[in-house]
Amino acid sequence: MDFATLAPFLVEVVVGGLVLGFVYAIIALGYTMVYGVLQLINFAHSEVFVTGAVVGFEVFRVLKDVSMNGYLKLLIALLSAMVISGALNVLIERLAYRPLRNAPKLVPLITAIGVSLILQDTLRIIEGFQGRFDLTYTLPQGFAGPFCGPNSSCASLGSFLNTIGVRVKVTDIIVILVSLVSLGALNYLVNRTRMGKAIRAVAQDRVTAGLMGIDADRMISATFLIGGALGGISGVLFGMKFGTVNAYSGFDPGIIAFTAAVLGGIGSIPGAVLGGLTLGVIQSLIGAMSVLGGLAGIANLEAVDASYQRIGAFIVLVLILIFKPTGLLGKSNVEKV
Amino acid sequence: MTAARKPPRASQAEQSVLLLLFFLISSAVLLVSHNSDLLNQMGHLGTILKNPIVEAVMVSLFLANILFAYLWRAHPVVKLIVALGSLLFVLPLAGRADTSLLDLSIQVMIFAALALGLNIVVGLAGLLDLGYIAFFAVGAYTWSIFASPRFSEILKYFGENPGATNAGTLALGLALTVITAASMVYINRQTQRTAATAATTWSFRLASFGLVAGLILTARAALVLMSGQAGALAGGINPAFFWLFLALAIFTAAVVGVLIGLPVLKLKGDYLAIITLGLGEVIRVLALNLDLYSAGSQGITPVGSASVPWFNALAGRLGFEESQYNLLFLYFLVLLVILGIMQVNVRLDKSRIGRAWIAIRDDEVAAQAMGVPLLQTKLIAFATGASFAGVMGMIFAAKQTFISPESFVLNESIMVLAMVILGGMGSIPGVVLGAAVVALLRFRVLPGLGEASANVDWIPQQVNPSQLQKLIFGAILVAMMLLRPEGLLPSRRRQLELHHDENQEDDSGHGNAGALGKGNQGDVYSPGLAPVKENDRSGGAK
Repeated sequence: MDFATLAPFLVEVVVGGLVLGFVYAIIALGYTMVYGVLQLINFAHSEVFVTGAVVGFEVFRVLKDVSMNGYLKLLIALLSAMVISGALNVLIERLAYRPLRNAPKLVPLITAIGVSLILQDTLRIIEGFQGRFDLTYTLPQGFAGPFCGPNSSCASLGSFLNTIGVRVKVTDIIVILVSLVSLGALNYLVNRTRMGKAIRAVAQDRVTAGLMGIDADRMISATFLIGGALGGISGVLFGMKFGTVNAYSGFDPGIIAFTAAVLGGIGSIPGAVLGGLTLGVIQSLIGAMSVLGGLAGIANLEAVDASYQRIGAFIVLVLILIFKPTGLLGKSNVEKV
Repeated sequence: MTAARKPPRASQAEQSVLLLLFFLISSAVLLVSHNSDLLNQMGHLGTILKNPIVEAVMVSLFLANILFAYLWRAHPVVKLIVALGSLLFVLPLAGRADTSLLDLSIQVMIFAALALGLNIVVGLAGLLDLGYIAFFAVGAYTWSIFASPRFSEILKYFGENPGATNAGTLALGLALTVITAASMVYINRQTQRTAATAATTWSFRLASFGLVAGLILTARAALVLMSGQAGALAGGINPAFFWLFLALAIFTAAVVGVLIGLPVLKLKGDYLAIITLGLGEVIRVLALNLDLYSAGSQGITPVGSASVPWFNALAGRLGFEESQYNLLFLYFLVLLVILGIMQVNVRLDKSRIGRAWIAIRDDEVAAQAMGVPLLQTKLIAFATGASFAGVMGMIFAAKQTFISPESFVLNESIMVLAMVILGGMGSIPGVVLGAAVVALLRFRVLPGLGEASANVDWIPQQVNPSQLQKLIFGAILVAMMLLRPEGLLPSRRRQLELHHDENQEDDSGHGNAGALGKGNQGDVYSPGLAPVKENDRSGGAK
């Protein structure tokens, strides 16, 4: 095994992991926002994000024959996914969580599971009427944009850029860019605006925030709207990254994203991003393990297949939580007696 | 709160008669509707009774007997007659005509036992465990590996790949095991007398690693030395070992519970939830990938069961077919086991350890201050819950005669949690009811709905209820939780806790401070009250 072949491969694996990690991070933010305000694991979030993916697919399909810049189509897809997923999340909160605001904590958890089951079947029925179930993302082609690499003249969505022997997909770059923009927007929204301040106040103490003249219910709705919109974005990104989506494909990334949120310290926004990126890179490395094993001639490594990806994520989680019980960036909960 | 609001209740005698009447009618209908000869003679009525929806309703109504026997204030003797009559007499009799009924009852009881186990962990001790089904898997695999051709294949493998293993390895492994175990006990004694130092904790850890190594060496050597027996064990071990393994499954599941619990029980609430979820998945993925031991995704089959000649003879005399013997045997076994589990539950609920669990659930810090050893108490909860799951997993494996990782997915853990919360967390009859409701919905009512509407023309294929099982189930979960957030049969203790706030409002009617107004229901803060919300946060599974 020589370094010259290994290094570009490793870079590719890490970049792939980062892309995956950004998708996870944006999903994880949806969990962590809701958790921060309501201390509720929103099990329905994985379906909200699949809804976003489905909406993105439908937009790409409708706009297929419209002559338009590919990036504009992507923007329209992202915006419609954000709006619909956000509205769906608000609706879920209104119907399934708000009536249970004062119930014991596990009760809304069960309604969340119920909502997630309902949404899974609803999505499947809607797709069933259209006569298709596994949605294959066909990205808009035929546009000349800013991504013009040295080896390929001008890249369209879906093609590769090739520099110093490292091949990176254009969609991967777009995933990272969109994620960074949404992270920036979220950061601005939460830390710089009046609404963000109010949301943080409600997250800290709902009752006292109410006494200060903040309408807690409205702020919780706003949180669900933002969380749902993030879910919509991540859905479209997920579709672009993996190519196919169906009604049940939210489960796996949902679990991993929630793990990421916990890993980073649930309720913490930078934590969710860090957790997502960590898990993405780890999964990507485990996925590449058999290739690495082949290169290095280690038979045991070659036997490691993709089904160990989730185990790897959980083992990292267990190790980190044992040494840091509140996650990487979680605030330790000082208990006063 | 006042007596005037309660409706006048029927007298005991009236209720007794009603209960008996209901029992007799529903039993008769159940027996008739599962007798195909009779149904064929009845013509039109027979077709109605054969309808899957009607059948599901009949079964549910019949099972409601037992619920009513518990709920109504009938005479105790009548209650006993109804409960025993339906479980020991009517149900097996109906099951003779329709084996699926026996299967369903076993399924319901298995889930009831699982829910009772999880109820200890979540309902009493307040530890949100999302990987509970893993213990079920441990019990199931403990038995399936040995009671199927798997074991001989494992022996064959070790016979072909013995490595450097011989009798000397066995001796070494045993010696290592004994020495490390003894030193662990010794260190433990020492630390009880004097405070633990870094040296003792590290030597303890070192010894435990040695113990694991010793056990692995011993097991490997034993397998290699036994490999000559591979041919003789081609059909699995002697079914007489069933009873030994019943105890072993309880023990193994409890040990796994402790092993999983030890590192993670420091964590709280949702951190604990996600980490148990993760460890549950780890066990499932291991079962999926350790092909030699678990046959991977193909699953282990056929898994044997106990053979009890005298029981088979009895069943044969009662008119059961030979293929039904085993199911009937398992039915009575499950009935017995679940009675035992309920007894243990009732005792635990009232015992010192039960009160310690509740104390930890309500306020960890206060409980610790009162001298409750946190880790130990939580571990006991984990191990107890796990052992219930372990024994039921083994019975499940014997019933299905087939075991694969498919049966132990996260969804199943969530189902069991839904049973516990739907029924009423912390309440034993509630949890059993929740399990029965969920299991009936999943295995009888919803499939029945799908079957009945499969041939109806005006329902398009896409919205056939058999395709909508998840949706309907989810809608029922949401509706039930919105209507009865405390569960179907809430425990008395919990009910008092939950209505704490309403009682406060009642007080405010007497001139007590109600200054915070209606907008903040349930979060009333005043110097005299415990901050309810703070508990919600730290308790996790409140």
